[in-house]
Amino acid sequence: MALDPRRTALALGRFGLGARPGDLAREEPVEDALHREILSAAVPLPSGPDLAATPTLLSALQAEEQARKLAREGAQDAAMPAGPPAPPIAERIYRAEVAARLALAQGAPLGFVERLVWFWANHFTVSVARGPRLRVSAGAFEREAIRPHVLGRFRDMLLAAATHPAMLIYLDNVASVGPNSPAGQRRGVGLNENLGRELLELHTLGADGGYGQDDVTALARILTGWSLQRDGNAEGWPGSTTFRRGAHEPGAVTLLGRTYLDVGPEQLRMALSDLAAHPATARHVALRLARHFVADDPPPSLVARLAQTFLDQDGDLSRLALALIEAPEAWDPAQRKVRSPQEFVVAASRGLALTPDPRVVTAALASLGQPFWSAPAPNGYPDDAGAWASPEGLRTRLDVAARAGQLAADADPMALADAVLGPLVTDETRTALRRAESRAQGIALVLMAPEFQRR
Amino acid sequence: MADLCAVHPSRRAILGTAGALFAWGAIPRIATAAPGARDPRLVVVILRGALDGLSAVAPLGDPAYADLRPVIALTRDGNGDGTGAALPLDGFFALHPALPTFGRLYAARQALVVHAAATGYRERSHFDGQDVLESGQPGPGHTASGWLNRLVAALPAGEGIPPRAALGVGVVPPLILRGPAPVLGWAPPRLPRASDELGRRVLGLYEARDPALAASLAHGLEVDALAKGGPKGAGGLRGLAEGAARLIAADDGPRIAALALDGWDTHANEGGATGRLAGLLGGLDGVFDAFAEILAPLWADTAILVVTEFGRTARVNGTTGTDHGTGTVAFLLGGAVRGGRVLADWPGLAHGQLHEGRDLAATTDVRAVAKGLAADLFGLSPAVLARSVFPGSEAVRPLGGLVA
Repeated sequence: MALDPRRTALALGRFGLGARPGDLAREEPVEDALHREILSAAVPLPSGPDLAATPTLLSALQAEEQARKLAREGAQDAAMPAGPPAPPIAERIYRAEVAARLALAQGAPLGFVERLVWFWANHFTVSVARGPRLRVSAGAFEREAIRPHVLGRFRDMLLAAATHPAMLIYLDNVASVGPNSPAGQRRGVGLNENLGRELLELHTLGADGGYGQDDVTALARILTGWSLQRDGNAEGWPGSTTFRRGAHEPGAVTLLGRTYLDVGPEQLRMALSDLAAHPATARHVALRLARHFVADDPPPSLVARLAQTFLDQDGDLSRLALALIEAPEAWDPAQRKVRSPQEFVVAASRGLALTPDPRVVTAALASLGQPFWSAPAPNGYPDDAGAWASPEGLRTRLDVAARAGQLAADADPMALADAVLGPLVTDETRTALRRAESRAQGIALVLMAPEFQRR
Repeated sequence: MADLCAVHPSRRAILGTAGALFAWGAIPRIATAAPGARDPRLVVVILRGALDGLSAVAPLGDPAYADLRPVIALTRDGNGDGTGAALPLDGFFALHPALPTFGRLYAARQALVVHAAATGYRERSHFDGQDVLESGQPGPGHTASGWLNRLVAALPAGEGIPPRAALGVGVVPPLILRGPAPVLGWAPPRLPRASDELGRRVLGLYEARDPALAASLAHGLEVDALAKGGPKGAGGLRGLAEGAARLIAADDGPRIAALALDGWDTHANEGGATGRLAGLLGGLDGVFDAFAEILAPLWADTAILVVTEFGRTARVNGTTGTDHGTGTVAFLLGGAVRGGRVLADWPGLAHGQLHEGRDLAATTDVRAVAKGLAADLFGLSPAVLARSVFPGSEAVRPLGGLVA
């Protein structure tokens, strides 16, 4: 591949997290760099003292809640901690997870794999909006259920996501009990079909994937018993995923015309494996991926090719990523997608070589409507310009850009435009930059320019 | 926030700031209302996640109700000490105790309930259900525009109703407002606002290079001008409602607005007179209160429609919550509403009467409610409503007599 500066600049925005100063001057063709990221098969894993495993985090949260309850009840002998009160553990962990995710985004050479992580984490949305147990575990969900499989197999990610404690809590499966199971009979409790429905509608087949209410109920039955360990024992820590046979609905279940015998936890594995290989799943995933990277209304030829790759390669997600960057449609020189708030804020931070302050970034993302792991509903954040290039959304981007301009007011706007957009900068933008009345205003103009807002 | 300011920006002030900036030629001249003609305000509140209509407005008179809903059913007596008792609406239905403002308006004949209502959608996907509710189309898959936007576009220009933009509350505009008619956006600002000068320059760049971004930003800046010195608002849901209400109340403010409230998907531990759903309803009641307070001078011409994508199962599920269902309630309130009534062709809750043996059946199409409102408030004809606003809804007759 020959070096093509325009393709490099385009690719850094479309497939990556945005150019940092110097990125456009690299010697390696961007196509090679993209391939290398995928073929290295290495998905960065955030780390840090607070980024523990989910059961540890949930246990710590539970311990904190118990301590607070004791304190409220006025336990006189409870030791009073010295100094100002620490932030609640859920808040502390969330901040640490945000900081770690930001650090990876800031440091990634291209950021294609990080973008794929963000995409899949949004596909399998869990949201801190649900409460402290999600606030403490949403980041861990991404580390444990998404990242290990982003360049692996879809069915492995599906199983990991569906059975992760955060998902089991978020979509209410922890309390779903087979009505004819021993626990169901004893306690008179039963099914909750939330996770079963969203697995079919959002995670695999898609809403038009050809399933009915009976299939939703069937999958909910298969999911009964998948819950959390309450107390530590030989099988694991409290807060780790467990399959409770006594809460599992007994008997065979028919899902999409196929019968799954009650063989314990394997029943779910088999059902999810079949769902992962279903042609409707391939179409659904292909459409979402193409919509995310290429255009709100992506070319049908691209979607068809990605779906075929998904099927031919047995859901190999690294093959799918390669098929995306090898597709001519994905290199359309027109920048059709509007950057999401997360993409915009991170691209600005990378372009300006700022050290992102997690609290400032979180505040900016909250004002733009897209804080990390906080989607309002299980279908995740929207992925189209109608949502993000709204009047209030753009108006708020202006405020964020103005603030960034003030933070980076010693940078030269024209140099910034050349460094992060290169050949994409239009004459109109150059004119606006030459006329800017201050450096801060010029920086804000670069960040608000159509060629930066779009990718 | 302490610096709450109740200034209602005058028309001149708005034109003075915004008119010089943007292409007002694109927005037709404001027509003056004919004397005596109504200058209505319509607010649509979308409850995302599927409101449990059987808890919001409980059919206490239905013999099957209490048995279907152990733990979460409302009762006439509440906890026996007067707390938690459902508020009687008529001999059959009672209101959730977390909705006292709505109850007060109902008593004043300024609020009504439509029960056993749903769109024409009969599957149980939130997202398709919301798309159908907001797009106004007969089925899912149409997300290019929303019915409220097309209603704005269908309003006759210069006949008492200023043909101006509608207001979308929140950073992400709800689908119901997307479409060809201009939409203003507003959310409580969290960051210091960028200077007008930067906005002007960015807008200039967009006008030269990117018409789509230009149109959107222009509307964002326009609201700023409208809101200048105006709504800052308290935080939270109430602040959102107060800010939106102030914009609507402005002389030159938008006549039509929509906001969406999330979180109604009560699959587990839904609660009864208290608990999770009660908390959500309390927040909604605060929204009603904020609108009633701030829109008081315009109350006689105000209608607020509250709708959700579908209802929830009649029977409580295995986790003391309810799963996705069908029939639910719609609320209608405001001084322009002929209230004090529960409109319901009650299908009953006995097993054989439930939709697919599990859900409250739907006997009123929410499109009939919306069409009736649009017809009586804005004078839109059934033909226009069936053609442009709710395509394919010829068979769904506008519900008459909703407006006082």
